[in-house]
Amino acid sequence: MSAALTVARREFAAYFATPVAIVFIVIFLVLSGALTFTLGGFFARGQADLIPFFSFVPWLFLFLVPALTMRLWAEERRLGTIELLLTLPITAWQAVIGKFLAAWAFCAVALALTFPLVVTVNLLGEPDNGVILTGYLGCLLVAGAYLAIGAAISALTRNQVIAFVLAVAGCFLFAAAGSPVVTEFLSANLPVLAELARAVSVTERFAGFTRGVIDARDFIFFASFMAFWLFVNAVILEHKKAD
Amino acid sequence: MTALIEIERLTKRFGAFTAVDDVSFTVARGEVVGFLGPNGAGKSTTMRMLAGFMLPTSGTARICGEDVVERPIAAKRNLGFLPEGAPTYPEMSVVDFLEFCARIRGFAGAERVERVAHAMSLTQLEGVRLQPIETLSKGFKRRVGLAQALLHSPPVLVLDEPTDGLDPNQKHEVRELIRAMAPQKAIIISTHILEEVATVCTRAIVIARGRVLADATPAELVADGRSMEEVFRTLTLGAAA
Repeated sequence: MSAALTVARREFAAYFATPVAIVFIVIFLVLSGALTFTLGGFFARGQADLIPFFSFVPWLFLFLVPALTMRLWAEERRLGTIELLLTLPITAWQAVIGKFLAAWAFCAVALALTFPLVVTVNLLGEPDNGVILTGYLGCLLVAGAYLAIGAAISALTRNQVIAFVLAVAGCFLFAAAGSPVVTEFLSANLPVLAELARAVSVTERFAGFTRGVIDARDFIFFASFMAFWLFVNAVILEHKKAD
Repeated sequence: MTALIEIERLTKRFGAFTAVDDVSFTVARGEVVGFLGPNGAGKSTTMRMLAGFMLPTSGTARICGEDVVERPIAAKRNLGFLPEGAPTYPEMSVVDFLEFCARIRGFAGAERVERVAHAMSLTQLEGVRLQPIETLSKGFKRRVGLAQALLHSPPVLVLDEPTDGLDPNQKHEVRELIRAMAPQKAIIISTHILEEVATVCTRAIVIARGRVLADATPAELVADGRSMEEVFRTLTLGAAA
């Protein structure tokens, strides 16, 4: 575990060594704030909750999280440092977990910096802070799910742009699977797949958290979703160490 | 004397292309093996398999008796590896990078500080310890890679072109360093520079098209009065014909 944490530490610091961290956080805060107050109708709704904010976060993450994961392995391949990292006495697993934890911690920081929204609703009304907390937990789990997909895809290529585009597409698949457009189309034509699409939909599972419900099944879904993609990541790495 | 590096019938194929073809040799403590060959001969591929970065198609290698395929972590603990091109994380400072490698290798506290300081003094990096690696010259970058390989005082060193990109003075320093460490270690260096073999190595292995063509001391190779360069050309061009 300590080797994984060492990798995580280095990776986390690497985000802040380049403008990536600042750009990501600023864009995330500006967009999440702007969307919450304009499209989300934060004031017009007259309700003291963060539902407008939580409804946009999975869609923002859809584009922003792949920007965090694209470099994880693609950059190592381009620079050749993957040869250094994987010839140090660590397993592929430790490297995979370390990188994932670093990106996840970074998402947690970005989410934590939206605290002014929480302060605002608490000043304006009396929100259920428990619901807000589960909403944030849900956001973190969605971020983790997208990160796991993105990291696995990044291990496939040495090109960061390809890693980004494929990761957005991959995340979109699991985000859109639960949307009414998809499920209605599928239940009309392929009822079997409609159930499946809802079952693997990240946004569908996230919805419960924004209502303040922590369902063990949703929790297990996110945990196994991340574990699966991290496993895929480790397998890709083992089989495709050198190009 | 037991061999610290044992390579046994190592073979690597990429599709139909055989990069390393049935290579076997051993290196004992105190030996410095110069790995010679034209570009694409299979030097780096052999070294990568030895370092556990590539899986061999068949055959295996052992470092200090630990199989690199079966027990990769144990093997890597005994190995200092300088990959081709000496890759390092460009945004990190020299000392941060070496600290990172030391942490991964499980050194903590005062020992880690001491290890990093020692590796930097061996490779004369103290002057640039706080500089980001990307701002350093090619020679310094190469020495950062070398420092990383020496950090844990491994019994086995595998250095892929350790003097590439260094100026003559720096080359001299690195050769002196290798010579000084040689008695306690088993060392393999790959190189294009033939004079390097004569000055540093106790043994030369010439490889071309994935096969070992010669395995002898530098003196034996030039025993018939020809120059090292002539010997190299005859061997490697002969294999190509």
